[in-house]
Amino acid sequence: MQTYAPGPALPLPRAAAVERRPSLRRVLRQSWMLYAMLLPALVLLILFRFYPMWGILIAFKDYKFAEGILGSPWVGLGNFQTFFASRNAWNIIRNTVFISLGKIVLGQITAIVFALMLNEVRNRPFKRLTQTATTLPHFLSWVIVGGIMIQVLSTSGPVNRLLKEIGLPAVRFLGNPAVFPWTLILSDVWKGFGFGAVIYLAALTSINPELYEAAAVDGAGRFARLRFITIPGITPTIILMSCLSLGNILNAGFDQVLVLYNPSVMSTGDIIDTYVFRVGLVGQGGLLNFGLAAAVGLLKSIAGFFLIVLSYWLAGRLANYRIF
Amino acid sequence: MIEERGAFDILFKVALYSILMLLVVICVAPFLHVIAVSLSGFAAVSEKRVSFWPIGFHLENYRYIMGDEVFLRSFGISVLRVVVGVTLSLLIMVITAYPLSRDSIYMPGRTLFKMIMLFAMLFDGGLIPTFLAYMSLGLIDSFWVLIMPGALNIFLTIIIINYFRGISRELWEAAMLDGANHFDVLFRIFLPISQPVLATVALFSAVGHWNSWFDGLIFLKTQAKWPLQSYLYSLVTTRDLQWRTGAGAARAGELFSQATPEGLATTMILVAAIPILLVYPFLQRYFIHGLTLGSIKE
Repeated sequence: MQTYAPGPALPLPRAAAVERRPSLRRVLRQSWMLYAMLLPALVLLILFRFYPMWGILIAFKDYKFAEGILGSPWVGLGNFQTFFASRNAWNIIRNTVFISLGKIVLGQITAIVFALMLNEVRNRPFKRLTQTATTLPHFLSWVIVGGIMIQVLSTSGPVNRLLKEIGLPAVRFLGNPAVFPWTLILSDVWKGFGFGAVIYLAALTSINPELYEAAAVDGAGRFARLRFITIPGITPTIILMSCLSLGNILNAGFDQVLVLYNPSVMSTGDIIDTYVFRVGLVGQGGLLNFGLAAAVGLLKSIAGFFLIVLSYWLAGRLANYRIF
Repeated sequence: MIEERGAFDILFKVALYSILMLLVVICVAPFLHVIAVSLSGFAAVSEKRVSFWPIGFHLENYRYIMGDEVFLRSFGISVLRVVVGVTLSLLIMVITAYPLSRDSIYMPGRTLFKMIMLFAMLFDGGLIPTFLAYMSLGLIDSFWVLIMPGALNIFLTIIIINYFRGISRELWEAAMLDGANHFDVLFRIFLPISQPVLATVALFSAVGHWNSWFDGLIFLKTQAKWPLQSYLYSLVTTRDLQWRTGAGAARAGELFSQATPEGLATTMILVAAIPILLVYPFLQRYFIHGLTLGSIKE
């Protein structure tokens, strides 16, 4: 999907301007209304986005609730040191990146293949049915989908019963640390591939049909057409989606993990966001450490911010993507 | 499109449709299982015999849920949240999008504001600072914490901005020439012709509110104030449920002998999913194509 921002309006030549445009002065006199309209948004942004940023100071302090932000003792980079010295740090970073990459790679591949297949379907009702069924899970929350997964993937649930009938051993999808990341990845792919395919389907329909006809005339069969027309046709979209998903690498799916994880899979399932949540709002081992949680959260925010900026810049360079 | 009739082609089509059908089944099957469990009798569920069809059909799980005060209250809170939240959001987003869609000669500083908004979309204080900030604003344990912070959805606002940008300049100039001020133009002219994008934005906002559970969980201390999905989260993750079920199950004199913990959990999940399940197939095109309404294609 290529989006081009319209450039600034070109000034009309004087004669035409006098005839058709409202006087610039008159419009400018009303410009105060434009600013007035922005007031609510400004207030909301300040209150809920920028004001909380003061709290970033907590990352550099040993926060004591009673003393408040300004009263708590300053520890500089102490919280960061504590974090990196602990066993947890590299574990959760590794988990986060692994789960994230798995979701991105498998998710995109599935979406692309699905889009390619769906594109070949001529039967309209079947196409609609397929799209509805596969895109619906995307719009349900992870509490709902997670709740369903817990039922379906339990050790005595239908999936394991099916495995047993084929003769395979039961798999503890939600309890086995070696399996759990894959459960996360695959259930996320299940939930999202239908919606993820939409953008590829849009790209596929924008490929000029004359190219296909010319190729057929030249004797290209189905797979040749796929290789030489279809794939190159969606390559820009693939590049675009890959660039944009780069910005999300540190977001391994907090909602999903929080619903599905449990103590037995902590070693491979804990991601940065769930760690921050536990340390800051739930209390690990009975202790609530706001400073540490804020520090880790800040690290992730900064890293994430740079990744997003990088991803948008790359997308702009490689695929001509503009936001506005 | 090229049509071929060879044997290979038929084989290809058979394989294609089979695989796609399989994908549809994989997407639908978990729901079928969960529906079956919610409708199945105590014996079948406890012995883990239910697959995709109810065994020992009964409606006691649903009866129980419909009479459960906690469930009904949280359902009502969610509904209220959607109604209030979407209305407020639409209003704020629309009056924010209009000025930002005008050319910068009329609005110096427009680009700066857009940059600020974009920055705010990508970067916030983090979970802990946000929590403390909301506390100092008195929002903790207040219904409004579910509404106010999310009222300005920057992503959706950008979509509206782009749509407004696409509205013909002649139309706008004609209106201004006729003596309309900005408010008139926005509410009397732009809004009536923006229905597709407004419908899409309203839908996404509504679904977002309905599905939202984390904010209720951490910002609302009293469980009685929780929206539906926060309550659902607490039940889904404490895997052994608090309901007493089975032959001894009773509430206010009624007997629910066929109800099971799994059945009750799945029933609640389904009831929480029903609004979306019902609405989605009919409004699918708004969900899918609505997002592209704000883009200008070459």
